[in-house]
Amino acid sequence: MAYEIKLDVFEGPLDLLLYLIKKNEIDIYDIPIALVTEQYLEHVEIMKTLNLDLAGEYLVLASTLLYIKSKMLLPVPEDEEGEDEEDPREGLVRQLLEYQAFKEAALNLDKMSVLGRDVFSRGYSVKEESEEEEIPIREVGIFELVEAFRNAVSEAGDEELMEIDVEKISLSETINQIMDELNTKKMLAFTDLLGGLESKTRIIYTFLAILELMKMRVIRAYQTVSYGPIRICLAVGE
Amino acid sequence: MDNVKAIIEALIFVSDLPISIDRIREVLGEEVEKKKIAEVLATIRQEYEARGGGIFVREIAGGYQFRTGEDAAPWIKKMKAIKPLALSPAAMETLAVVVYRQPIMKSDIEQVRGVDVSGVLKGLLEKNLVKMVGRKDVPGRPIIYGTTRKFLEVFNLRDLTELPLLKEIEE
Repeated sequence: MAYEIKLDVFEGPLDLLLYLIKKNEIDIYDIPIALVTEQYLEHVEIMKTLNLDLAGEYLVLASTLLYIKSKMLLPVPEDEEGEDEEDPREGLVRQLLEYQAFKEAALNLDKMSVLGRDVFSRGYSVKEESEEEEIPIREVGIFELVEAFRNAVSEAGDEELMEIDVEKISLSETINQIMDELNTKKMLAFTDLLGGLESKTRIIYTFLAILELMKMRVIRAYQTVSYGPIRICLAVGE
Repeated sequence: MDNVKAIIEALIFVSDLPISIDRIREVLGEEVEKKKIAEVLATIRQEYEARGGGIFVREIAGGYQFRTGEDAAPWIKKMKAIKPLALSPAAMETLAVVVYRQPIMKSDIEQVRGVDVSGVLKGLLEKNLVKMVGRKDVPGRPIIYGTTRKFLEVFNLRDLTELPLLKEIEE
């Protein structure tokens, strides 16, 4: 079991760095790299102990910070003529400011009158929400059938008498039975077919018969809602 | 047509999506001028605004639509048992980058946010707030993304210019 713990949720390494800058009341244009790097690594360390999967993105920025720190420790060669050396922090500062601007923009977006949260239109958001449930009927696949089969088996109870060859059931016979029933009733609930049966052998044969009939495309299985009752009807006449 | 105002109001009421001036003109016929429709729409809007009731006519994504006032939101949610459209901070940030930088490649969004945005972007695409708008003409022809009409509808916007400008980065 993996526990996901989020401390002061950070949206990424830049977010963490911005947080540290704010927390220490640092001038973003003059970041004390040594201090920030130290605190940043501390946070990464905590995160690592909590969640080993913690993205490499945090480590990328950590290495950037360390690189800047080391670069700032080196003396600027004096013999080089002309303009000032570019501050090694400049690229990072630009990235941080850009990120900050978008973070703010995101907050502004969130302040808008959001449809379905602050404002509503006629029918609109309701339709959005219930989109999935609106489909009245959908064809079910093999897994739903297997699930229903398992339920039927588990409901049949364990008190199975251990007698061999109590009744001889043939698959074709079972198929014929189902077809007969379907011809008269048009639509049957899956549980009706299986539910009334006492022995597991019969349930299994009935299930196999249904699968066979579906494979031959003689019958179709439907359900109205997910996990709802499965209905079976003839494929012909549609 | 003397009752143009009443008709237009009814059209807005009936329309599921914001109805545009062009569409209204299509319905009313060529003899009604666009300018006239725009004037009538403005009047209708003002009337609802002045009335200060529960519903207003808003200009959304190039059309007009009735929307409820914000005060009623908690009760509407209770009545309809709606769970509000929830976007995580990560989704909002990603959306903001797309809004202000579109058309934009995924890698550029990641550059700005400093994290992988695959999952979040997929969520936004599924919610139909962001769409693929094409491919960039560079090696690999990466997909470029932009916001949708639905984005304007959801965020109650006439168009993108209604959004505040991105705080420019001081040099």
